[in-house]
Parts: sequence; structure tokens; C-alpha cells
Amino acid sequence: MELDPLILSRIQFAFVVCFHAIFPVFTIGLASFIAVLEALSLKTGNPVWQRLSKFWIQVFAVVFGMGVVSGIVMSFQFGTNWSNFSYATANFLGPVLSYEVVTAFFLEAAFLGVLLFGRDKVPQGVHLFAAIMVALGTFISSFWILAANSLMHTPDGLVLRDGLYYVVSWRDSIFNPSFGYRFTHMALASFLTASFVVAGVTAWFIMQKRELEANKKALSISLWLILILAPAQVMVGDFHGLNTLKHQPMKVAAMEGNWETGTGVPLLLFALPDQENQQNLFEIKVPKLASFILTHDWNGEVPGLNEVAPEEQPPVFIVFWAFRVMVAMGMLMVLFGLAGLWLRRGGRYLENRTFLNGLRVMSLSPFIAVLSGWIVTETGRAPWLIYEQMTHAQGLTPSLTGGMALFTLIGYIAVYAMVFSAGVFYLMTVFRGGLETANAEHVDSDVEKAQRPISAANANLEGGL
Amino acid sequence: MDQPFDLVVIWAGIIGFAVMMYVLMDGFDLGQGILYPFAPDDHSRDIMMNSVAPVWDGNETWLVLGGAGLLAAFPLVYSVFLPALYIGVFLMLAGLIFRGVAFEFRFKANTTKYLWDWAFAGGSFVAAFAQGAVVGAYVQGFETSNFVYVGGALDWLTPFTVITGLGLVAGYALLGSTWLIMKTEGELQQWAYKITPILLIAVLVVFGIVSLYTPFVDQGVLNRWFNGVSIIWLLPVLALYCAFLVFRSVKKQQEGMPFVATMGLFLFTYLGLLASKWPYLVPPDYTLWDAASAYESQLFLLLGFLFVIPFVLGYIAWSYYIFRGKVRGGYH
Repeated sequence: MELDPLILSRIQFAFVVCFHAIFPVFTIGLASFIAVLEALSLKTGNPVWQRLSKFWIQVFAVVFGMGVVSGIVMSFQFGTNWSNFSYATANFLGPVLSYEVVTAFFLEAAFLGVLLFGRDKVPQGVHLFAAIMVALGTFISSFWILAANSLMHTPDGLVLRDGLYYVVSWRDSIFNPSFGYRFTHMALASFLTASFVVAGVTAWFIMQKRELEANKKALSISLWLILILAPAQVMVGDFHGLNTLKHQPMKVAAMEGNWETGTGVPLLLFALPDQENQQNLFEIKVPKLASFILTHDWNGEVPGLNEVAPEEQPPVFIVFWAFRVMVAMGMLMVLFGLAGLWLRRGGRYLENRTFLNGLRVMSLSPFIAVLSGWIVTETGRAPWLIYEQMTHAQGLTPSLTGGMALFTLIGYIAVYAMVFSAGVFYLMTVFRGGLETANAEHVDSDVEKAQRPISAANANLEGGL
Repeated sequence: MDQPFDLVVIWAGIIGFAVMMYVLMDGFDLGQGILYPFAPDDHSRDIMMNSVAPVWDGNETWLVLGGAGLLAAFPLVYSVFLPALYIGVFLMLAGLIFRGVAFEFRFKANTTKYLWDWAFAGGSFVAAFAQGAVVGAYVQGFETSNFVYVGGALDWLTPFTVITGLGLVAGYALLGSTWLIMKTEGELQQWAYKITPILLIAVLVVFGIVSLYTPFVDQGVLNRWFNGVSIIWLLPVLALYCAFLVFRSVKKQQEGMPFVATMGLFLFTYLGLLASKWPYLVPPDYTLWDAASAYESQLFLLLGFLFVIPFVLGYIAWSYYIFRGKVRGGYH
């Protein structure tokens, strides 16, 4: 069998980026949550806020560490597997990605150490300031990354000369047409991720009757956040979709499973897209609803996949279903927000075991939603690497063979499997230890005074203090 | 174009500085991993790891800073070196990940400690070897056509690059052993005194092979060095003088000098290599200016770097200051 370096490189990139994405999407939201806890602690002087903060800072430290490790691989993949793309876009991509690195280091150098290890060494106000700066830093990092990504969807502010892109306007290229929507959508996704993880872990603590005073407060906060953020995310997602319709109509056509341009297009609840025959099997549909959602007119015209040649269409099945998974997760999140509100009367949300168990399961939902959302937007751009300007095939490293790509794909899967199963295993130990372990007197060994992220956590790898 | 400064030279300086910082600083902590399996006992291994634990991740900062800076300032290096060294880059990253995680988890582990020991030693060796092979591949040059790498997957792996790979393993081990002389005492320090001359000889052998080999594969290098005596001859002379200082200071059982002199050996060897290849950044065809990105891109990033690098340097200086003095093992 002939190994295709293109498809293998795409799988490898997807694997590594999906693996990486789950860590920052959590830490970005968690950093803000910690800043809020620190602010409440300073304002009220109630010790439970600090107990909560100490625990979640340790969780943050472990997840942040894993994010950094998996992120390093990302920065090299652009060169190893997509060298033509990197070379052509380096005038833009280079400075933007470097600014991300520089921001991250600046943040780590100045504030992360204070947040993780400085509680007893600096005044409380300074510690709060460090927490806010770490939260801000995570946003600035994602700002640069999403600017680079958005440019691939909606290129602007660049000019192509002799196969190389040159920046004409930094403002237009960074704040390109899809950037604002993508950034807002991701920021809300991060907040929702942190809210649901906090809610899920806290629900578990409450069911075990552990540290009730503190954990009740944490659950209450996270449920209010979910109640507000989940519907807000649905709205922002809708705006993002309309922006995509304007700039990348074929992506939306694939999301809707709409093969032919038409008016009064139905919304498909279920279908099996059959790309070969350019049709759907087993459709279950709501008449005219897609037209209404996308154009706000029951008989509005919606572009279909037949506007481009079949080889310029994205893989419809993947985009169609990833989109439905994301939306389903979003709807579940809204439901849980409303259920939390309903159960609040008389404090039933602290007692109802079905609800609490549901929250535990739902702590996975934001990760599923985020990954499927990224699959929609990235796969939906296919076959383009830079929309309508450079295809995946054109961006690939010319000297790359299928064998080389397969070697590293298997290699990365093996390395990540080993390293991250240890990481996740350790994270579970930190969860099991809970607020009690995180707040216990901990005798530091020499090396644990070393200011590395994971050394901020108290638990042992195999459990215990 | 009318540009007030030649940013290309400024960026060459920044990247060159970042690479040198990386080699010196990550060198001594990779060296601990390389020496790890040969250490006298388990207690020594604890101390070895402790001696670099607080600073190693800051040291690796320079690799990422240099890598990202290359994409921004000299994208051709990025888009030729990485495809050409595809497998090597993977091995280096895998090595660095394993040893990085070993640092974090070894201290948290009780029953699985030996696994992290292996991850630390294996990861360090592989990363060091891959980096040495990169240096060798740079000396060899790359097969390119129209700014694109067109060679094979394993072109970089030749007897010469294997030698440079092992050479850098020995070099990092030397940095590691002289670091131990400075940072430890007693039995471990004595062991470090004993192995340092052996490692130095290994390094000098590779130094000799590279020095002899390079001029014969590259006419430009030959002309540069042998068309009359020039100021650049000072560099290998200084490098050899540093090697002599390492020998002498180890014999006299001095504590700080061996490490300082080893850094000097690295610095002058590095400058000698650059002097050989200047101004070629992607040999044999492309110079610094061929490989550079657009002026406005270099300028845009330079503003950020000028702001941040002082902070990074300050942070590093501070963490080494906090960490000064001898390292002792175990808990207290």
C-alpha cells in the first residue's frame, strides 16, 4: 500500500493539536476562576475562599505543565510537516507565534512563580495581582494563536509576491474578519470548560460530604456561571456561524449537509451524508429552519455544496456530525444551567443525586464540544490550508515521505500515551486528595522548592501526601 | 530598500546568542542525564538531579525562543532544517519530553521511581545526540532547490553526523561533570574530578575530527582558514587554551574553574564554527540575507524581543542567585 504523507500529516497534526487543546482550554478559564477566588478571599476575609483557591491552583499547575509539554511539539510541526506553508507565511506567522512564546515566558518569568509559590512570601494584594496577570497572560497567548489560526480561514492584510506573503497591514491581518468571533467563542468555551470541571469535581466532593462549606460555594458560583455563559455561547456561536456563511459558505453547507443551493432549506436533525453521490441518506428534517437560522428569513437562499467542484468540497460527513455533536453538547449545557436554577430553591441542587451525578458526567462535555467545534472549523476549511489561496497539498513539506510521516505519527501517539497517562493519573490523584490534601501542611523536600509548575502540587504520584 | 538598520545582522546576533545560551545552559543539565547511569550510587543520582532541578526548564526556554525566533527572522532555516532533520527533530522532542516529565514525576513517585530514572537518562542522551547531529548536518550542508529541501529523510545521518552527535553527548557530559565539581562535594565531586579528563579527551578527539574534516568538504572553509593567517585563528587557539585550563584546574582540584573553562571551550568552538560558515546560514547555497524574512516582520518582532529579553535574563540571573552554593541530597 502506498502511504500518503498528506493524509498522515493531517492526522498527526489533528492528533497533536487535539491533545494539546484540551489543556489550555481548561487552564485559560481556570486561571480566571482562581483570580476570582483570590479576589473574594481578599475582599471577605472568609478562609474558605483561600482553601478553594489553594486546591484549584494545584490543579492549574498540573494541567498547565501538561499544556506546555504538548505545546512544544506544535511549534515544530509547522516546520517538519508543513514547511511550504511555514515558509510562505513566515512573515506573518513567525512574529505572531513568537509573540505568543514571548508572552508566555514573560508571564511565567514574572507572575506564575508568585501565584504558585508566593502565597506566604508576598502581601495578599500582590498575590491577587499575580493571579490576575496569569489569567490575563493566558488570554494574550490565545489571542496570538487565534489570530494566526483565523488568518488561515479569512486571510486579510497580506499581499502575495513570488510565492511569499508580505504583511501590508498588521491590524488587518491580526484582526482579520473571523478573528473577533473566534476569540469570543473560544474565550467563552474556556470559561465554560472551567465552570463544568469545577462543577463536576465539586459535585463529587459534595456527594462524599467533604469540605461542604467551601465546596457548596464553589458549586453555586459555577452553576451561576453556567446559567449565564451557556446561552451566551449559543448566541456567539450563531454570530460566528453567520460570519462563516459570509466568508466560507462551503463550510456552512457541509455543516448543514446542504448539497444544492436553494431557498427554504430544511434543518437536518439526522442524515448520513454520501459524498460520492452528492446526497444524504435517511434524512430527518425540519422544513425551512436552516434558511431561517442562517438568513433570518424562512425562504432565504442558502448556498449548497454544488457551487464548487466535488474535489473542492470539505469532507461533509465529518463536518456535519462534528457540528451536531458540538451543538448537542451546547444544548445539554444550557439545560444543566436551567436545571441548576430550578433546583436552587431550597438548596435542592446540593442534595439531588441525579443532578450531582449528571454534573460529574458533564465535566467531560466542554472538552467534547471544544474538540468537535475545532474539527468543524478545521475540516470545514478543507481542501484549503489558507482559504481559497493554498491547499493542504501545496502547504505540505515536499521532501516528506509516507514512511517518515507514519514513523512520527506512531511515535507521537506512543510518547503522548505514556506521558499523558501519567499526567492524567496524577491529576486524578490531586482530585482525590481534594481540598484536604491541598491545604495540608506539606514538608517540602529540597527539590520541591524548585519552582516548577507541577512541584506546586502536594499529592504523591501513587497517592497520599 | 531604504532601511535605517540592517536588521538581519541584529537578528543573527539575537539568534546566535539564544543558541549559545541554550547550548551552555541546557548542556550542563542534559549532561546530568547522560552521566546518570554511570553515577556511583543512587544517592548521587538524587543529588545530580537536584543540582539542576530548579533551573532546567528555564534553560530550555532558550530552545523555544530560538526556534520561534528562527521562524520569524530566518524562515528558510526553519523550513529547510526541520524537513531535512525530520526524524532527528522527532527524536529530540521525544527525548526532551521524557526527561522533562521525569523531572516532575520522579520527585512525586515512590514505587515507580526507576522508570523515571530511565526516562531521564534515555531522554537526555537522545536529545543531546540529535542536537549534535544537527550541528554536523549544518556543517555538511543541505540539498536544496529553489529554497526548498529536496534531499532524503536520512541524508543527515552520516558517519560524520554520528561523530558530531556523540561529540556533543561527550561535550554535554563534560559540562555536566564540571557543573557537579562546582555544585557538589565529597564522593560525588571526587567522581566528577575523575571522569572530567576522560570526557575532555573525547571532546578534543571530536574537535580534531571536525576541524580536519570541515575544510576538506567545503572549499570556502578551506580558503577562509588557509589563505594566510587571520584573526580567526585566535578562536581555535583560545578553545585549546580553555581545554588546557580544564585539565590544569581539575588537577589542582579547583572548584569553579573547570566549569568556566569548559564554557569557554564551547564558546570559542562555536564562534570558530560560525567563522567557518559565515555568512552561510543554510549551507551550501543560502546566506543570512537569503534566509531572512521581510524587514517589517523582523522589525515588528524586534520591538517585543527587546522588551522581553531583559526580563528573561533578569529572571534567570535571579533564579541562579537563589540557587547558589552547594547542593546537598535528600530531605531536611
